[in-house]
Amino acid sequence: MKITEEQVRYVADLANLKLTDDEVRKFQADLNEILVHFDRLNEIETSQFDPMAQVLYEAEETATLRPDRERPGLGNELALANAPLASSGYFKVPEVIKR
Amino acid sequence: MDIVSLTIDQVQDGLRARRFSAVELATAALEFARDENPKTNAYLSFSEERALDAARHVDEKLARGEDAGPIAGVPVAVKDVIVTKGVRTTCGSKLLANYIPPFDATAVERLEAAGGIIIGKTNCDEFAMGSSNENSAFGPVRNPHALDRVPGGSSGGSAAAVAQGTAVVALGSDTGGSIRQPASFCGVVGVTPTYGRVSRYGLTAFASSLDHIGPFGRSVRDAALLLNVIAGRDPLDSTSAEAPVPDYLTHLDGKVKGLKLGLPREYLRDLTSESGNLIGKAIETLKKLGCDVRDITLPTTDYAIACYYVIATAEASSNLARYDGVRYTFRSSSSENLNDMYRNTRGEGFGAECKRRIMLGTYVLSAGYYDAYYLKAQKVRGLIARDFSNAFAKVDAIVAPVSPFPAFKIGEKIGDPMAMYLSDIYTITGDLAGIPCMSVPCGKTTGGLPVGMQILAKHFDEARMFRLADAFERTGGAQN
Repeated sequence: MKITEEQVRYVADLANLKLTDDEVRKFQADLNEILVHFDRLNEIETSQFDPMAQVLYEAEETATLRPDRERPGLGNELALANAPLASSGYFKVPEVIKR
Repeated sequence: MDIVSLTIDQVQDGLRARRFSAVELATAALEFARDENPKTNAYLSFSEERALDAARHVDEKLARGEDAGPIAGVPVAVKDVIVTKGVRTTCGSKLLANYIPPFDATAVERLEAAGGIIIGKTNCDEFAMGSSNENSAFGPVRNPHALDRVPGGSSGGSAAAVAQGTAVVALGSDTGGSIRQPASFCGVVGVTPTYGRVSRYGLTAFASSLDHIGPFGRSVRDAALLLNVIAGRDPLDSTSAEAPVPDYLTHLDGKVKGLKLGLPREYLRDLTSESGNLIGKAIETLKKLGCDVRDITLPTTDYAIACYYVIATAEASSNLARYDGVRYTFRSSSSENLNDMYRNTRGEGFGAECKRRIMLGTYVLSAGYYDAYYLKAQKVRGLIARDFSNAFAKVDAIVAPVSPFPAFKIGEKIGDPMAMYLSDIYTITGDLAGIPCMSVPCGKTTGGLPVGMQILAKHFDEARMFRLADAFERTGGAQN
């Protein structure tokens, strides 16, 4: 196994994902199979190549910049409209720090 | 008026000759789409109020003798990962079942400004992650050509809507083949434009270095016309390109004689015989049109699936972090503190495929694995892109299959994620390189399942791709 049950639980924790015990077992098997396939990447020699982080095409260096002009935002009411819980113009969340 | 086979040009003729009004057409299209929906589950919401408002606007313009736009009155379906102000946008997820976006995507704004009428939002795999549309929280879409089969994914609802005739054209999104594969399975035209050609402002992010918005149509002409309308620089998306947008329609002139086409040998190995035969016939047709077809090699193809699923899941794990129960409608009801609330909300809200990809993406980005997976995949991505630029030094366009097989049965592959991922082999390479690519119907199997041929071209060379697809379509290539 390329990935242990403990690692699956650790990664789920990093991802803020609550998994059931059944899901942990299922994902351990799935991830293992997929990671074995990912190992193929090691067959290919890449030490002389740069990573490609994005699609590049011929353009001026500043082509993707826009003028820094002020424009209206969404506004408080619209921004909060989809919140599961909001009040007094703020998103409301469960207690973070115990008093 | 036969809604099922209507083209954009026919809508323009009908409106001009006053055979119907935009409001009449929108009303008829909405009624037809609602009646047909129980068969395929292609739509998740209908936007009747917005459609009728837009149609009234078109009718008023026409009554005043003004130009109402190149797609005036045309019923359009929009994939539910593209936000529509005031119209529910679910992304196929339980997490966003009640999400009402406060703004429009730029593509949506542009198609309405061109006179298009959005009649509804189409079903898709959750957050566009899947190859069969079975990962929707709102049930799978069924293929209009065979209701026990998948329509492909992730833009399955948009492809099915256009195939079924409930919309004339549709918008989809493509990260690893999510437009071309469903287009091929449903027998319609589907286009993934060059990365940066169409603004992604308002497209719910899956893998930002790979995401595209693109059109579906029943003809090359309709798809090209919809791309005309939505393409071009948008200050709200800094990855959208400044490159000028030609009028694609002027390139549909049949002039393909002498065009040099490459046939990548790596793409012809794993085809089921029927799909292979139809691609072979299509290539014969292209030769008869005077195209110069030659073998080429794209040697890094074998590494593309691994490369893609490292990069796409890494980006997805980051993009999906925002669904934490604070801003977007769904929150788990059983949490004592903030951390539990995040965990429970995401655990209850995401479906199995999204969780699997978040897990994979988090793993490959985690300490100690970043270099081995993510950085390595980015280097391999560069090699895949180089394969294409080497090929385009010798040929004008590349012709290939879209999928190794036609539409499979609902349930057939959903239990085996690796087998599902491997089915994307011919489409993910185009996304990794960021080049324009499309699927055009090239016939049906003896069982009546459509098969698509893929055409790939250089960055920003959509015009040549459309010219070839249109010439092929005119030969009756879809009737093989």
